[in-house]
Amino acid sequence: MSKEEKKELIMKTALNLFAKRGFYNTTIADIAKEMGMSVGNMYNYFPSKESLAKELLTYSSKRFGNEIKKINEMDIHSREKIKKIVKLYFETAINEPELIDYFMRVYLSNKEIFANGCEGMLCVSAFVTEIMLFFEEGVKRKELKNQDFFAAFGLFMGYIGGLAFLNKEGILTKSLSEYIEPVSENIYNALKA
Amino acid sequence: MRSKLKVIWIDAVTCYGCSHSFLNYKEISSLFDKIDFKYHPVLPSENFEIKESDLLIIEGALKNNYSRLGFSLNELISKLFFKAKKVLALGTCTVYGGMFGNGIMFNKEEKGKYYKCREKIINLPGCPPHPDWIAYVLNMLSENKKIALDEFNRPQDIFSYTSHAGCTRNEYFEWKIDSQTFGTKEGCLFYYQGCQGPFTHSSCNKLLWNEVSSKPRVGTPCFGCTEPSFPKHNLFNTETFMGIPSNIPLGVNKRSYLTLSGIAKSLNNERLNKKLIDYNCRDKNEN
Ligand code: SF4
Repeated sequence: MSKEEKKELIMKTALNLFAKRGFYNTTIADIAKEMGMSVGNMYNYFPSKESLAKELLTYSSKRFGNEIKKINEMDIHSREKIKKIVKLYFETAINEPELIDYFMRVYLSNKEIFANGCEGMLCVSAFVTEIMLFFEEGVKRKELKNQDFFAAFGLFMGYIGGLAFLNKEGILTKSLSEYIEPVSENIYNALKA
Repeated sequence: MRSKLKVIWIDAVTCYGCSHSFLNYKEISSLFDKIDFKYHPVLPSENFEIKESDLLIIEGALKNNYSRLGFSLNELISKLFFKAKKVLALGTCTVYGGMFGNGIMFNKEEKGKYYKCREKIINLPGCPPHPDWIAYVLNMLSENKKIALDEFNRPQDIFSYTSHAGCTRNEYFEWKIDSQTFGTKEGCLFYYQGCQGPFTHSSCNKLLWNEVSSKPRVGTPCFGCTEPSFPKHNLFNTETFMGIPSNIPLGVNKRSYLTLSGIAKSLNNERLNKKLIDYNCRDKNEN
């Protein structure tokens, strides 16, 4: 296994633990134990728990960003793109709940961990940039209304993030994938030109 | 001694701003040792007649049903064009049509009437072109030197730059700190005030006007006056699509630009985020 592959595996393991137990209740020793590695060896890959948390954020943002980039490059109507982004997000929430959990329970709830090195857009820029490009293209094609970026971003991400949260809490009456269609339609109706 | 460059300068449909700019050239008297105006609408010169020239300077746009010097403008230009060794299209109206009509080689970005004869044309856009640019062309030609041109026949020595290069607000551009209101001394004018500097070919901020200043330096956005799209509407506003500027600096794609600006903004340069005089370097552990 290459060093990069090993790093990725450590990140996946850490992601699970962080998402499950929270950042502060997880130690480097826990992650090392789960990996069957010595604590000393872990430090060859990540100098600290904070740096691991930050890299995890950059890594997930890149993964999401790359998927959205593929959608951005499709020559389809913004309405369809919205549906694909919602689908991507909900399917990730279903198949890799730890990723969404990490974002909500660790990143959004413990900003102090990320204050130095991940402030603002620094670690999530791959993802946010693609969302910007999606919006911009939609406005250029006259499919979406030209408005303040954050007003649109908040509506889109807050909404789907909220649904993923309700799903996780077991509050939704239907499965999350059944919400793809109506949620996408609502977002499109709210953003359309 | 080399013989003087024989120049015919014709005023087509123009506001005479290019002539004014030329008259502001600080070393203008030295130019008169090198060039001989066979005709100029403002400066003392011989009586006009159609004749050969080393350089035909056209100031202003082409237009039908417009008469000049006893000819229709189109006929006049055509006769002189083919009797000239080189033709200088002076100012944005002459180069691209600008405010008044059609250009010599281009109509906005489309090919214009004399596009086929482009090997003898030099384009010097600008509203007006800087006096030093005009002098540069005259000096080079009078010394028989080759002027390297870009794909729009503009001298590369001048138009490889953007008017953003040399602006005193560059630091603010780097850190994405923009002035929100007109007339501030600090802050970049790119995001709110329509500055076209980063994608306008020109050396304004390198040479400066009257050797003193430039539009963005004093707080007026660059209007992109050297570009085919000039004049645009809403010159004091930046066109944005969902908050993303519709035009971005030359040489990068939008994805890279957005990534870089997001990062620059996130790093939050404290010194530039407040008035310069309010920043105390002891406030922050520098370096
Ligand atoms: S004001 Fe215009 S020219 Fe000056 S730095 Fe900003 S964008 Fe560039």
